[in-house]
Amino acid sequence: MTDRYDAIVIGAGHNGLVCAALLAKGGKKVLVLEANEQVGGAAVTREFADGYSVSACAHLLYQLQPKVRKELGLSPKLASDAMQTIALSQDGEHVRYAGADVRGVGGADVTSYRRFHTQMSRFADLLNTYLNTTPPRLGTSEFKDLATLARLGFDLRRLGREDMRTFLRLIGINIHDEVTERFESPLLRGAVSFDAVLGTHLGPRSPNTIMTYLYRLAASHGRLAVPQGGMGTIAEELAQAARTAGVTIRTTMPVKRIVVENGRVAGVETATGERFHSATVVSNADPKRTIMELVGTRHVETGFTRRISHIRMRGNAAKLHLALDGLPAISGLAKAEFGERLVIAPDEHYVERAFNPAKYGESSAEPVIEMTLPSFRDPSLAPTGKHVLSCVVQYAPYALEGGWTDAAKEAFTKTCIETIVRYAPGLESRITASELLTPADIEREFHITGGHWHHGELALDQFMFVRPVCGAAQYRMPLDGLYLCGAGAHPGGGVSGAAGRNAARRILREQAA
Amino acid sequence: MKTYDAVVVGAGHNGLTTAAFLAKAGLDVVCVEKNDYIGGAAVSRKLHEDWIYSNCSYVCSLLRPEIFRALELHRHGLQVTPFGGSLTFMENGDYYGSYHDPEVAYRERARFSRRDADAYERYRSDTMRQCRIIRDFLLSTPPDPTSFRPKDLLGLMQIGRKFLEVGEDRIYETIRFWTMSVAEYLDEYFETDVIKAAMSGSGIIGTALGIHSPGTAYVLLHHYMGDVDGNVGSWGFARGGMGAVSGAIAGAFQSYGGELRTEAGVDKIIVRNGNARGVGLENGDEILANIVVSAMDVKRTFLNCMDRSDVDEDFYTRVENFKIRGSSGKLNIALDGLPTFPALPEGNSLHISDMHFIDSMERMERAYDDWKAGTWSKDPYIDMVIPTTVDPTMAPPGKHFMSCFIQYCPHKLEGRDWTDPEREAFARTVIDQIANYSPDFKKLILHYEVRTPADIEEQIGITEGNIFHGELTMDQLLFNRPVPGYAQYRAPVAGLYMCGSSTHPGGGVMAAPGANAAREILADLKRPNTVPENFGDD
Amino acid sequence: MSAREVPQGRLRTPFYSRLAELDTLNAWHTWKGYTVPDALYCADTEYFAIRNSTAVFDLTPMTKYRITGPDALVYIDRLVTRDMSKIRPGRVAYAVWCNDQGQTIDDGTIFHLREGEYRLCSQERHCAWLMDSAIGLDVSITDETADVAALAVQGPTSFATLSRMGIDGLGELKPFGLMHVDFDGFELMVSRTGFTGDLGYELWTAPENAVSLWDYLFAAGEITGIRAMGTDALEQARIEAGYIMAYIDFLPANATMRTGRTRSPLELGLDWLVDFKKPNFNGRRALAEEKRSGSTWRLVKLDIEGNKPAHHAYIFADRKGRKNIGFVTSATWSPVCKQNIALGTVRMPLGAPGSELWVEIFYQREMHWSRVMARAEVVDKPFWFPKRRGLTPPDLV
Repeated sequence: MTDRYDAIVIGAGHNGLVCAALLAKGGKKVLVLEANEQVGGAAVTREFADGYSVSACAHLLYQLQPKVRKELGLSPKLASDAMQTIALSQDGEHVRYAGADVRGVGGADVTSYRRFHTQMSRFADLLNTYLNTTPPRLGTSEFKDLATLARLGFDLRRLGREDMRTFLRLIGINIHDEVTERFESPLLRGAVSFDAVLGTHLGPRSPNTIMTYLYRLAASHGRLAVPQGGMGTIAEELAQAARTAGVTIRTTMPVKRIVVENGRVAGVETATGERFHSATVVSNADPKRTIMELVGTRHVETGFTRRISHIRMRGNAAKLHLALDGLPAISGLAKAEFGERLVIAPDEHYVERAFNPAKYGESSAEPVIEMTLPSFRDPSLAPTGKHVLSCVVQYAPYALEGGWTDAAKEAFTKTCIETIVRYAPGLESRITASELLTPADIEREFHITGGHWHHGELALDQFMFVRPVCGAAQYRMPLDGLYLCGAGAHPGGGVSGAAGRNAARRILREQAA
Repeated sequence: MKTYDAVVVGAGHNGLTTAAFLAKAGLDVVCVEKNDYIGGAAVSRKLHEDWIYSNCSYVCSLLRPEIFRALELHRHGLQVTPFGGSLTFMENGDYYGSYHDPEVAYRERARFSRRDADAYERYRSDTMRQCRIIRDFLLSTPPDPTSFRPKDLLGLMQIGRKFLEVGEDRIYETIRFWTMSVAEYLDEYFETDVIKAAMSGSGIIGTALGIHSPGTAYVLLHHYMGDVDGNVGSWGFARGGMGAVSGAIAGAFQSYGGELRTEAGVDKIIVRNGNARGVGLENGDEILANIVVSAMDVKRTFLNCMDRSDVDEDFYTRVENFKIRGSSGKLNIALDGLPTFPALPEGNSLHISDMHFIDSMERMERAYDDWKAGTWSKDPYIDMVIPTTVDPTMAPPGKHFMSCFIQYCPHKLEGRDWTDPEREAFARTVIDQIANYSPDFKKLILHYEVRTPADIEEQIGITEGNIFHGELTMDQLLFNRPVPGYAQYRAPVAGLYMCGSSTHPGGGVMAAPGANAAREILADLKRPNTVPENFGDD
Repeated sequence: MSAREVPQGRLRTPFYSRLAELDTLNAWHTWKGYTVPDALYCADTEYFAIRNSTAVFDLTPMTKYRITGPDALVYIDRLVTRDMSKIRPGRVAYAVWCNDQGQTIDDGTIFHLREGEYRLCSQERHCAWLMDSAIGLDVSITDETADVAALAVQGPTSFATLSRMGIDGLGELKPFGLMHVDFDGFELMVSRTGFTGDLGYELWTAPENAVSLWDYLFAAGEITGIRAMGTDALEQARIEAGYIMAYIDFLPANATMRTGRTRSPLELGLDWLVDFKKPNFNGRRALAEEKRSGSTWRLVKLDIEGNKPAHHAYIFADRKGRKNIGFVTSATWSPVCKQNIALGTVRMPLGAPGSELWVEIFYQREMHWSRVMARAEVVDKPFWFPKRRGLTPPDLV
């Protein structure tokens, strides 16, 4: 049969592409099926207004894993690299930080931040090792699992007594306490708190937010970059690498279901009824979508279904795209600094207050906002002299009370613009077009349940051994031939490629055995 | 001048427990207390005529039976009576009751959701499984994971074994349980808002966390691991009020020859050449002793009663960073009679129960938002009990004593001290919420006492008035409590020990920290151990 | 307001008034919140009614769920371990269901009432598990425990009694068959099922018909000595039949705290109910693994020497009692077999049928306790399996 593959990957998100490319390099005949016209999933660049393009979802590259980069020979062209974060102040007295350096704060904070960053980076390195490994199973007598656990114990001890004690204390703690204990500058406190809660359903006071902060530092210690041409070019480059390795990628091929025969995976069927056969199906879709919709609960067991249905994955992050007919004016910001990452999170309480309504299905009255002007360094994204403002806005809960109607979207867009205008007076008159992608829109466009960028909350109870659910953390689902390679699996979201890589390695090893 | 074998600072139930076990081992022990009464937060106080107020802690279920038995507390007047079910009044006029009888409890849950009624079985066994893991460690010293001493390695292995023996699938459940929020934990079992709201209270009592804060599922356990006569999770009243608990332990202490001194507030712990040598009292007297045991919380011990130079800098900073937050208040009320609650049918057994007046998860969480904003909850979670319904000794015949525990109430209001009108307004908030469900309640009030965390701090001495002497979050539990590396009751000063609720296993009238500390001290002194092992639970 | 108050005491089944009339002992206990008799006259008399004439047991408190919808078969087939596609409408299947770990949640009977419509009947309540099992399937589950009154009519003259009562076509009803009849103007379902291991039927109807059904039944049965019975007699009969009970011979997996206390169907001697040919069902993966690597426990039926019932006894591999290998879960003296019988759980690989084990029995005689080490033989078949149980049509005596 011509349409038989060694493996079929559902979804050409960045993890799907990484996984497919590595499987092909491992000698497998691989097919990737993508529902949308473009590859990349949520890592995609697209036009939102005439002549204006933007990375539709993720817009900053935090942590593309060096190992992925190396194994696939990637060398993404970056429009900006090692960007600064500028925590905006209405009076123009901004705080700027990158790496271990912070400016615009008192001397004590400079030292404190350096110490904080150094310590956090050390812990992030430890974490990063395990982001690039399949989590061990616990309570088994398998040598491999025990060896990984022993290494984890050893690595912890190698931190040294003091650091180990600190680590054990920090892992479950909240960012609020850390920033208030360490820093005096409200802006610095606010921005660091925001870094910790970005993309989560947590506020700075929620325990676990040190963990989410560490997660952000993993791979590159928080070094930020914007790819030339937007996130879509990363996806294109990955797709190219995959094709070179022999992968067939077919777009506009939404998969309707995963075909199960005699209790195991036999292939996939597309929305148009086309069937592709393979004994191995790797899903880059989120775990809920994979199990509840593509496989169907009848083919898995009740306990597993229940766990899948309990995965918390209701997004809170919206994307706001503004087409501007010129650069906005922000007091105290040098022109060259429009290429940096701008943050509206004036203090830790502000961030917490922004979070409160999200618990009750309401959007923030004063949202926290992360802004970039990708067109500033990359003119290809907007007509000459014009600009694109790309904002990640929190909190815009997926399950908004009353739903994300046009009126609700309009009102929230207005709230966001008003918030930005406080820092960039006159911005409103420069807006020629706008687009708001709420989690509901992200769900619809990118087929991610709940519009959650990470395919599931990043919290300790959904992390590592228990991601996506208990007993299925090793990429293999309890249905023979089915694997997960997306952000819903360990280690989670962000354009890192770690999940795709770990999954590919797991599959190759299992099938070699 | 006399040198005692040991001086224990603070005659709360933990201080007294340590003192009692040391005295039982033959040591010459003095226990000093700043107030003119003993008990710390386990007290019975006559604050209005013949009414006895358990004006701080108000139920007795965590008290370890091993300790009860080893100190023969019944001989010193302690008697614990189990208390029935619990009740949540709903805004729509309905109520949700948690009945003592399992079948009636089932029917009641089924009235809201049959699914929830059945799900309770799985909830119960899953939760009690977690409880069983922790209960065995209550009466033991946590091992130090950074140490290579055989004792610590053995301890770690024991924890590891306990953790692993439940089987692969359940290990993952345990990891999740320890890290998730009580709201999410309950969501995995139940669908009915009021049932979840009623159960979630145990996840936040005494903490500065909301029901949606990760880590609160564990706090749930902290309220489930108690038992009265083997009925795990059930609550009881000490006959005569909570002072009966400290009174009985003090009685045991004195029967072993111990000496109690009240109105002897400690100003300084005396450290000479790196050794704790005794205490300096506020009146200028000194009491010398070979060892000093502090039952005060760690902040008060090290930040208020010692010099910074007495302990190493790193430890000092960690104590400064120790989280101990006032989040709960109390309102103690003398009543002219029993208030009626018309929503509840006459004769229903839940008239004698633990009552609550907040019926949704959203209201629970919004109560926390107020605290975060620096004020008391305008729609608070109240845990209301009337001990006189089962204890005839606490009020004149026909009269009653009501204890309201209120979550949340901050130590300071938006950063400044409480004023009297604000304390009054706080009391009104509570009284009004109860009066919504009890029309005759207000006119039955003869006297009430308001206790904000600031009052608790002022009167009992606990920093910020935190009832647990420190938050019960992962970073401050087990070998992290109070400070990583110092969880074995020894302070980083020779001869100085900690025995209060800031140490493992934490707060509640459990007496386990006091007992564990005594065991460590006796081991250091090479004295025979008088502290019991836990009963063990097969 | 008080309409909200749930009943605070024990519930009464629709047959309570009739049971109370017959009751001479005033010995009642609670079963799932209902008040039910231990015995009404004398447990022995009631037991012999099961084996000799007709005994009637009120099984209304049994938990009953109605399962309907387009995916009903898919649902049930995934829920239980046996192949339900073979159970046609009008048939009843004894089944067992497991969690993902292959541990038994409960056993029960599933009635295929009509095409695509099932009733699941079990001792324990499973609403939460059944609803969770419905996630993603087009099926609806209703608890109809209180909506259906049920009687077990068991014993050699049960067929004659029911025929005399006027139920037509009963003669063609095979074991594990069910039929719907219009009886005296109300709907009645009759199934040839039971928990006694004898010839017998179960009658199912709406609660409002309960008393009238009872009266017809007792009128028809009078001449052959029909008796109402309590749970004591039933307990004796079900052990003779080798039937297991939740909370006695196994624990429902979802309500068990301790590790290693649950049992898989393979460990309960129910391997005949586990159909590995089915591609998916709850517990399949775990059970396949258990089948490959071996079970930990085995349920044994024991024929024990002597006449002292072996309640709660330890089981040993050797007479000296050096090697403890398990314990007895149910025990009774069997009056019809004149055997001292028991069900027990022992560690594999011991306890194969035909093997000899030792049971340590403690018994009391006039205050003093004694202990005896009794030889026990592991038997394969139920202790009691009369030919009449399988005959269609049954004999009219």
